[in-house]
Amino acid sequence: MPPESSEKYSKEPQKRVNVGRRVFLGVTALGALGVIFGNSAQNILGNVFGSGVGGLLPGGDRFRIYSITGNYPKISRERYRLVVSGLVDRPTTLTMDDLEAMPKTSFTKTFQCVTGWRVPDVQWEGVKLADILTHVGVQPGAVAVSFDSYDRADTESLTLDQAHLPDVIVAYSMLGAPVTTEHGGPVRLYVAPMFGYKSLKWLSGIRVVDQVEPGFWEQNGYPTNGWLDGSTGPTNPNPGLT
Amino acid sequence: MSTAYAPAKTLRLLRFDRVQRTAHWVNATLFFILIFTAIPLYFGSFFGVVLPRHLIEQIHLWTGLSLALPVIISLVGPWGKAMRQDFRRINYWTHDEIRWIKTFGSSRLEADKFNPGQKLNAIFVGASILVMLVTGSMLQWFRFFPVSFRSGATFVHDTFAWIIFIVVVGHIFMALTHREALRSIFSGRASEVWAQHHAGRWLKEERQSKGGGESRAEEVI
Repeated sequence: MPPESSEKYSKEPQKRVNVGRRVFLGVTALGALGVIFGNSAQNILGNVFGSGVGGLLPGGDRFRIYSITGNYPKISRERYRLVVSGLVDRPTTLTMDDLEAMPKTSFTKTFQCVTGWRVPDVQWEGVKLADILTHVGVQPGAVAVSFDSYDRADTESLTLDQAHLPDVIVAYSMLGAPVTTEHGGPVRLYVAPMFGYKSLKWLSGIRVVDQVEPGFWEQNGYPTNGWLDGSTGPTNPNPGLT
Repeated sequence: MSTAYAPAKTLRLLRFDRVQRTAHWVNATLFFILIFTAIPLYFGSFFGVVLPRHLIEQIHLWTGLSLALPVIISLVGPWGKAMRQDFRRINYWTHDEIRWIKTFGSSRLEADKFNPGQKLNAIFVGASILVMLVTGSMLQWFRFFPVSFRSGATFVHDTFAWIIFIVVVGHIFMALTHREALRSIFSGRASEVWAQHHAGRWLKEERQSKGGGESRAEEVI
């Protein structure tokens, strides 16, 4: 090494290159591009290679398991009961066999969390909430439906109109298999046109009530009407989401 | 007192002053809290019983929000002279250093106080802190952003988390395999012999400034 190199530092600082700024701006620019285009890049990759590849990418296509209580209530299929009560003609307690004997609805949708992660092509199977409401007979004066969970912490609500949407189901199958405990099994709610927090897990009760009772997440600041397009009115002006 | 690296009479160079050492260890502690709280948040489904998620989220959030503070506070205060000097050193590169990094360390180089690899690590981690702060804030205060940006922020936050994890593991590996460099982040000082091997250009600067009677290097008998 020529000895004058050490003198360059003190006497000719202008010969130096601000690599720090370049790298810093480069890295932050990559981050910004990822925020703006990461979603579409994942969609394209998912379409080209199939959804399996999307799951391998960091951040993409995988479920984040949330639990309010820090625990999963474990309910066996045999002991599972769904209590339907409130402003109904025939208060009913449904077993798994009862649910499976009712008309089956199945579809494939993208599961979208309000915080940004999503899982495309999730298969769902269950009973339309509308069918259950018809089965028990909704009384005049009913306005909304409230939902309770076996975790004794989560609650949810839908207006009666929302509850009758065809892609709002009481689900017993998810991803081609019975709903697992961590995903809210054996039976959970799935509200396809809204963000994931509306799809209450470990569904224990359906109560038909005379006013909307904001659920757990709504009491913690999330919109009561969490439509996927970001609108928060009681009805969704943009049908055909997901 | 003497060690293998410090003969009986040698200059013990001040590599990191008290402010820098404090900033480093506070920063390291925050990083570890972030990594350990990130694991259950990311791999929630791997545990039969999840930990109290809300509490872990809050710890992760507040630790993340304060991650940049040790760097900023140690840089801007009247106590931050050494920190600011090193900040400039890390940013401004000679052409030799650029060549060294482009040839993956095979070109000749009389290293500065930090070699180009160490400089690159510092710049990358600094930029990553900003990226993680911004994307993490987008996930926390998601209401203000469209869903596609939230998904993008999740993607970036997760990807950078993986890269940062690998970089931190590499940093710790290098520290454990370079014991004298490691010791200087505890004691602050490094020997002349070490500097001759690992930071030749810096040693020359320190010797010159020592001639001017300044206190950054001290005699050890």
